Amino acid sequence: MALTGIQIFKMTPKTNCKDCGSPTCMAFSMKVAQGAVDISACPHMSEEALSTLSEATAPPMKTIKIGTGENEFTLGGETVLYRHEKTFVSKTRYAVSLCSSLDDAAIDAKLEDIAKVDYERISERMQADLLYLNYCADTAKDKYVALVEKAAATRRTLVLNCKDVETAKAALAVCKDKKPVLNGADAANYAEMSAVATEAGVVLGVTGSDLNELYDTVAALEKAGNKNLILDVGVSSIKDAFGAAVQIRRAAIKDQDRTFGYPSLVNAAKLAGGDKYLQQALAALFTMKYGSIVVIDQLSYAEALPLFGLRQNVFTDPQKPMTVETGIYPINGADENAVCLTTVDFALTYFMVSGELERSGVPCNLLISDAGGLSVLTAWAAGKLSSATIAKFIEEVKDKVKSRKLVIPGKVAVLKGDLEAKLPDWEIIVAPPEAVQLVKFLKDM
Amino acid sequence: MPFNQKKQKFNAAINTVEIGCKEKAIKLGGESVFPLYIFDGPIENAPKIGVEITDMELDNEVAGIKEYYGETASMAEIAKKAEAMEGADFVCLRLEGGDPNGADKSVEELAAVVKEVGEAITCPLVIAGCKNVDKDSELLTKAAEILQGKNALILSAREENYKAIGASAGLAYNQKVGAESAVDINLAKQLNVVITQLGVKAEDIVMNVGTATAGYGYEYVVSTMDRIKAAALSQNDTMLQMPIITPVSEETWNVKESMASEADMPEWGSREERGIAMEIMTAASDLAAGSNAVILKHPQSIATISKMIKELV
Repeated sequence: MALTGIQIFKMTPKTNCKDCGSPTCMAFSMKVAQGAVDISACPHMSEEALSTLSEATAPPMKTIKIGTGENEFTLGGETVLYRHEKTFVSKTRYAVSLCSSLDDAAIDAKLEDIAKVDYERISERMQADLLYLNYCADTAKDKYVALVEKAAATRRTLVLNCKDVETAKAALAVCKDKKPVLNGADAANYAEMSAVATEAGVVLGVTGSDLNELYDTVAALEKAGNKNLILDVGVSSIKDAFGAAVQIRRAAIKDQDRTFGYPSLVNAAKLAGGDKYLQQALAALFTMKYGSIVVIDQLSYAEALPLFGLRQNVFTDPQKPMTVETGIYPINGADENAVCLTTVDFALTYFMVSGELERSGVPCNLLISDAGGLSVLTAWAAGKLSSATIAKFIEEVKDKVKSRKLVIPGKVAVLKGDLEAKLPDWEIIVAPPEAVQLVKFLKDM
Repeated sequence: MPFNQKKQKFNAAINTVEIGCKEKAIKLGGESVFPLYIFDGPIENAPKIGVEITDMELDNEVAGIKEYYGETASMAEIAKKAEAMEGADFVCLRLEGGDPNGADKSVEELAAVVKEVGEAITCPLVIAGCKNVDKDSELLTKAAEILQGKNALILSAREENYKAIGASAGLAYNQKVGAESAVDINLAKQLNVVITQLGVKAEDIVMNVGTATAGYGYEYVVSTMDRIKAAALSQNDTMLQMPIITPVSEETWNVKESMASEADMPEWGSREERGIAMEIMTAASDLAAGSNAVILKHPQSIATISKMIKELV
């Protein structure tokens, strides 16, 4: 349970020594209670007080790191159930599955397909984050290790799905430096699996036949000292998996039950049973509701475009408007002579407009001015987008472009007259009111 | 020590709104738990799926949709095929052609379409306007009149025209009223308040709280629905307890990802597959956020979302 400032204060030395950086012990306690500073900032706390406090002030959900370098991902660490309450901090990560039952050619082909999806969307690189390597018990151990070796040669971080202790050991021997996840513990084998994972220094995935069994297994693992876990919600049914994903997260965050304070793993590929469309629906469902890792069988552009767009939206920080930097964005290989268009710095507006401009194929320069991250009409109503702000911005950047044609958003057509007065050497053109109409408009221009 | 399962049940409930008549009538809402949370309590009325058809027939549709409808001569035939689609609970006729900036069909012409479709099918019918506020006032009033006795849902009354549409659909002709606002909990509530002040019963209102395609400001949809369901259930806000209906296809098939041709974007692959995925993923997200009904158009998307709902509820 979260402690109040007063409760924390009672455990401080109350000497007001300022070693922690706060003027008084009381001030320090209040900050700790709000989560602004960590309890360890005070060097004079007794061991006992420290352990009580760090337990009580620890976040409700652990932050688990997997992978290394550029492919290191942070999972969990959430503090709210709904994004409007604060923000979600760790994005859902998608793992594309590969199985040891596939032959070499099929594995190579699939790895090649996975590599094809790699693009940027509002300054975020979009690609399959993880590879999920399933050990099919009918295949030989060596075959699985060979698959792991092959996958380890890619830059992607791995999730090993393997319940067999010896096979897991052999697989980890060839990939543990990449800090993979070993998803393989259950009520029957958790002690051995935990030992294997701990020895290799990797995160352990745990599953159970139902929530009670999972809970008990996690409690036993924690008791044995392993708190580097991910909870697999299971594949018995879609209903149970959804129930588990929601209840695990809710227990951790709303009810402060730390035994379930770990990221989750959802195998949407398995749950969908080979129906690729159902898998798409489930990937979206579990992105919305609490999948930290979502396993899918296929990630072509058809899946990637909506899924990554959804994820980008759900995990934006609601406290910050999504903005793009002001400046000149050349589109379709535009040079300084290309026509200029201007709009606001609200990311959604920029994204819609630049998408349509790209689609038109017409080279043009998109000039983004500072409108406080508001949309065109809102910015205009708030006085952040006016003939004065546009004229000022154009004066700043006019030496970087040679064209003297400026297209303004159709929704602020009223600014045309004022702008013509303020920018006498520019031809001011009014665009259509909706972004989708830009393609035709530019082609006809 | 087993997991201490704490259920989240509320003393408030989402209103139950019935659309359509006789054995094919459907009920939206009624639950006292958060969307799809059947582990907290029962959801008697699973979310429903509508099939979108428009008066513009099938000219602009992708191959899979054209193929499903085949050689259809009339709107009545299209409507019948839509009704028969696997997973469909209701049909949504969108009067797209009424748009003065588009085909600008007359009210009389579209009234004939409404009549034809209304007579052709027995499943519940939802009528959506052309999005032009003035035209919709006339068009939807007329549609409500024609469909008397069918208990249709009229989409939708907005801030600018709620008086005309609320009064005709909700009061004069006893239909259900759709209340459309733009992804903002306060606007949604305000509109419900003014429509009920007209005399329309709260139990006759279904909300369209605004929609977006995944990737296009969808976070606003998520947060608006999250907050509405929280206010409706945990604070018992009677002006936000109306079930939510979300038109999905009219948005998702109009973004770059679903529109770009294979010639323009060869690496993206089949346009139809992209469109289906966009429709499915947006619909699944809408249901997770709190929609009690979604409106889709591709047969594959409808079959898939129907399957997902059956698995979940």
